[in-house]
Amino acid sequence: MADNQADTRVDRRTPLARVKGLGAAGHGAEHWWIHRMTAVSNIPLIVAFIIIVAGLAFRPWEQAVAIVSRPLVALLLILAVISVTNHMRLGMQIIIEDYVHDKGWKIAAVIANNFYAVAIAVACLWAILKISFGRF
Amino acid sequence: MAQFTLPKNSKMSEGRTWPRPANGNRTQAFRIYRWNPDDGATPRIDTYHVDRDDCGPMVLDALIWIKNKVDPTLTFRRSCREGICGSCSMNIMGENTLACTLGMDDCRAETIKIYPLPHMPVIKDLVPDLTGFFAAHSAIEPWLQTETPAPETEWQQTPQERSKLDGLYECILCACCTTSCPSYWWNGDRFLGPAALLQAYRWLIDSRDEATGERLDALHDPFRLYRCHTIMNCANACPKGLNPAKAIAEIKKMMIARQV
Repeated sequence: MADNQADTRVDRRTPLARVKGLGAAGHGAEHWWIHRMTAVSNIPLIVAFIIIVAGLAFRPWEQAVAIVSRPLVALLLILAVISVTNHMRLGMQIIIEDYVHDKGWKIAAVIANNFYAVAIAVACLWAILKISFGRF
Repeated sequence: MAQFTLPKNSKMSEGRTWPRPANGNRTQAFRIYRWNPDDGATPRIDTYHVDRDDCGPMVLDALIWIKNKVDPTLTFRRSCREGICGSCSMNIMGENTLACTLGMDDCRAETIKIYPLPHMPVIKDLVPDLTGFFAAHSAIEPWLQTETPAPETEWQQTPQERSKLDGLYECILCACCTTSCPSYWWNGDRFLGPAALLQAYRWLIDSRDEATGERLDALHDPFRLYRCHTIMNCANACPKGLNPAKAIAEIKKMMIARQV
């Protein structure tokens, strides 16, 4: 049961006090704006990602490494990873805030979500950098 | 987690089938949610038959006919019977709307199903507890706020400035939109809901108001405003044809406009 429908036998706060709660957090616009910006940047970057991955398919290892080592290809892949993992982190946080209401689980899920997104991003970036710089 | 099943005390059972009208040639069947806080029983669905030749055309006419002629214990809110007071909002054929402005013929159903507004505590039968809903409305401070001393006559507005309030001032606070919103179902304790946010925008866009910045500050919150994920149930439900989703999008644009 949502907090604004509290049991008046144990909660005598006024309805207005319940709605106002802890007050406005003073943020949220940035989260929303970056979520939208990464949604836009995801469109060309994911298209590029799919073209690159399709281009790598069925090629021998050396050729695949050579393609990923090209500056434009490596930069597009790096940008795609940054854009997608940021978008994923923000979107997952929204879903957690929507559906996870237990305070302990919510904090744990938000922390896990941040760790997960950063781990994915760092692993992908390390792989791309290793392949592209491995050539030199 | 969000609740996806009804709690035990909300599970519904088959109720009573009330006798058909004695001399009715043209009848309309109704299945109506019943719950009485005093009898300790879980909710039930009662079946009624309304004599169409003895009753007005609207769903509210049928409810009043049932209350007068069949079952005086049937409880619902109603007042103006012309879509301006917002009292008789309820869930009819799966959509939140006003019983007084929806014709029985428009339901196009053999049996018209009526439930209280979704996801609100029920006081009795079709009467939901809207305390939290009205508290959200008062939280957005729905009145003109100024620092400039009031003029001797009225605060002035150009026709263009006044026209910005069209599609906003008409809200009758019936709660059809807010109680149709999944974000409000899951986070109604912190999300203000479409009706309150539509009214917040009505004051944000009012050229006479001097508290625009403070109003935006009060909404700048991941839950109060940004729980809206443009699901659009609100615009779909509004019996006055308003678009709270658009008003909320405009508030989000104002939030960015003062940063970028």
